[in-house]
Amino acid sequence: MVPISYYLILSGILFACGATGFLIKRNIISIFISIELMLNGVNLSFVAFAAQWHALSGQVFVFFVMVVAAAEAAVGLAIIIAVYRTRETLNVDQVDLLKL
Amino acid sequence: MTSNLHLWLIPVLPLLGAAINGFFGKKFSRQAVVGVALLFSGAAFAVVLSVAARFSSLSIPHTEFLATWIRAGSFQADFAFYLDQLSLIMLLVVTGVGFLIHIYAVGYMWEEAGFYRFFAYLNLFMFFMLTLVLSSNYLLMFVGWEGVGLASYLLIGFWFTKDSAASASKKAFIVNRIGDFGFLIALFLVIKHFGSLNFEQVFQSVTPMSPETAGAGLLTAIGLLLMVGAAGKSAQIPLYVWLPDAMEGPTPVSALIHAATMVTAGVYMVARSHVIFDRAPSALTVVAIVGTLTALFAATIGIAQTDIKKVLAYSTISQLGYMFMACGVAAYSAGVFHLMTHAFFKGLLFLAAGSVIHAVGGEQDMRRMGGLKEHIPWTFWTMTAGTFAIAGFPPFAGFFSKDEILFRAAQVSLVYWGIGVFTAFLTSFYMFRLWFLTFFGTYRGAEAAAEDHGGPGDGHGHDTHGHDAHGHDEHGHGGIHESPKVMLAPLVVLAVLSLVGGWVGSGRFEKFLSPVFNAATVMPAAEAAEHGNSEMLFTGISVFAAALGLYLAWLLYYRRPQLPQQIAAGLGGLYRAVSHKYYIDELYANLFVKPLIAGSTLILWHGIDRDVIDATLDNSAHGANEVSDSFRHMQSGNLRSYAGWVAAGAAVVIAYMIWMGTR
Repeated sequence: MVPISYYLILSGILFACGATGFLIKRNIISIFISIELMLNGVNLSFVAFAAQWHALSGQVFVFFVMVVAAAEAAVGLAIIIAVYRTRETLNVDQVDLLKL
Repeated sequence: MTSNLHLWLIPVLPLLGAAINGFFGKKFSRQAVVGVALLFSGAAFAVVLSVAARFSSLSIPHTEFLATWIRAGSFQADFAFYLDQLSLIMLLVVTGVGFLIHIYAVGYMWEEAGFYRFFAYLNLFMFFMLTLVLSSNYLLMFVGWEGVGLASYLLIGFWFTKDSAASASKKAFIVNRIGDFGFLIALFLVIKHFGSLNFEQVFQSVTPMSPETAGAGLLTAIGLLLMVGAAGKSAQIPLYVWLPDAMEGPTPVSALIHAATMVTAGVYMVARSHVIFDRAPSALTVVAIVGTLTALFAATIGIAQTDIKKVLAYSTISQLGYMFMACGVAAYSAGVFHLMTHAFFKGLLFLAAGSVIHAVGGEQDMRRMGGLKEHIPWTFWTMTAGTFAIAGFPPFAGFFSKDEILFRAAQVSLVYWGIGVFTAFLTSFYMFRLWFLTFFGTYRGAEAAAEDHGGPGDGHGHDTHGHDAHGHDEHGHGGIHESPKVMLAPLVVLAVLSLVGGWVGSGRFEKFLSPVFNAATVMPAAEAAEHGNSEMLFTGISVFAAALGLYLAWLLYYRRPQLPQQIAAGLGGLYRAVSHKYYIDELYANLFVKPLIAGSTLILWHGIDRDVIDATLDNSAHGANEVSDSFRHMQSGNLRSYAGWVAAGAAVVIAYMIWMGTR
């Protein structure tokens, strides 16, 4: 059996990659992907703990996170398309005003 | 008998006139304004006359309840009117003389801008004065009291574009407020200790008290505070300073408000409160001393004044002093008698002075008059009646009332009497000085008339020829002309009243008023007879004093007109002090006004308003601005900077949790 620390370290690496990507990337799509990476990093630690303690609630929670993430992806992509249509850029540094 | 006299009509009629003229008068023609003003003030007079006609068939005092005004716990104040002998006399004087002055003002003010405004104010004044006189409790009286102050303020400042008039009106109002302060505190004391302001209830609870009982200090306090109020309204020492300045107002105003009616409100109030004063002998002594000193003091100032209206103003103060002297020796009916005769002759003198001013084109300085006897005979003869009346020559009205006061004062203390007689001599002197300077000798205004100075004196225009009944069109710009008939008629009526007004006799007058002032003040017949001889002596002395004044004035201002200047030069500093009114205005300015202004500026304005109140607000607004400005930069709109803040926040939270966990 793989010790839980391996999972947690991998989960931490994934989350750190996501957070770093979120902070340094300028492209909205990249930022979006970084968010998904963070979510999955967290999911991984959930399932790891669930397996460790033989508690199903961690796995159920992961499903919820996935569902919400899917919904978020749908809304987020729609917003990204709308932003691109109005501003013709995906660079967030240029999208700093709500007003057009 | 409880017949309804509709007493409320008496004050409300002039109020209606004031409202109509005040709100709509601007669009009216002058004739319509006059019609409204005279109709409503005349109607009030008519109602008073009808009340007077039915007076003997009424049960006196007659109270009429109109509506409840304030009810708080056991305290209640009503709109209720109180009619007795005293208020009847006041009503007759106020509406009668007031109506005459309304008529006079039609002629005097005809050419003025704001004609409708003037009559609206006059009617408003009548409303408040009648409320004051008719009220059945101190609170409603106070409403009238304040109201006449307001009307007085408005009318003194009628020519409000003139600086002196505007400041005179403010001065009158503020000085009156000082007196009102005393009056108010007296009312608070009355409420606290008697639980009512109703005359009948208060006097009922006061009656059983006597100077020896425990409540005497309270009554003395109330009496003194009421006297403070009276001194403000009736221009007594130390609050008289507003009245001479009030002469900035149009002359009919001086006659109505500052001679005949409003200034006597203090006397009326003291007489009305006689139940309190009777039981507070020390307060009464103060009233007598204040009255006596004011009479003397104002008379001496009157000697050196050169403005015809100022002389009359100081004379009014002096005569009011007599009235207070009378009240102070508990001879209330004598005081009220003098109040009535004074309303006649002083109203007349002011109106005649207005007619003189009118005749010489706005000039008020007596040194520029003289020899007017031939030019304005009607004014001359009516003014003569007034002068003889105030000087106290029999058989004019002033003789009877003044003599009664002096006689009653002599019974209390010969000091009052001595000062009173000396003041009578001074009165006679300065009035005949005015008379000789104005009407005799040669006209000294010829060179002045050429230079045109009608404006500053009175603000009263020169050209009233348009309506001049005598049609002196051939006169030039400043030509001396008699006033129109509409001005002369009230003069003649008042002159007749000044002549016959005293014939009713102080004895009969006193008997008429005795239900108000309790029979106790009426002298028993036997005692009266005993005093008969001494009264003749006193009368002789006071008539002699008046004659001496006449002789001296004749000598100085008719026979040898250069003599006064030599005497004035000889007296030097004393004359300067008198002609500068003993520097009282300057003294008050340095003692009260300047420290007050300095204190208000430094402490209240700079110290509290600017440095505390304003500064608190300014600094908190400024601080909020600064803090917000620094936080503003967080809201850059840059997505990654927001993310950075979120990350930093998360890092802080995690660090905190770790720190807590490892502790």
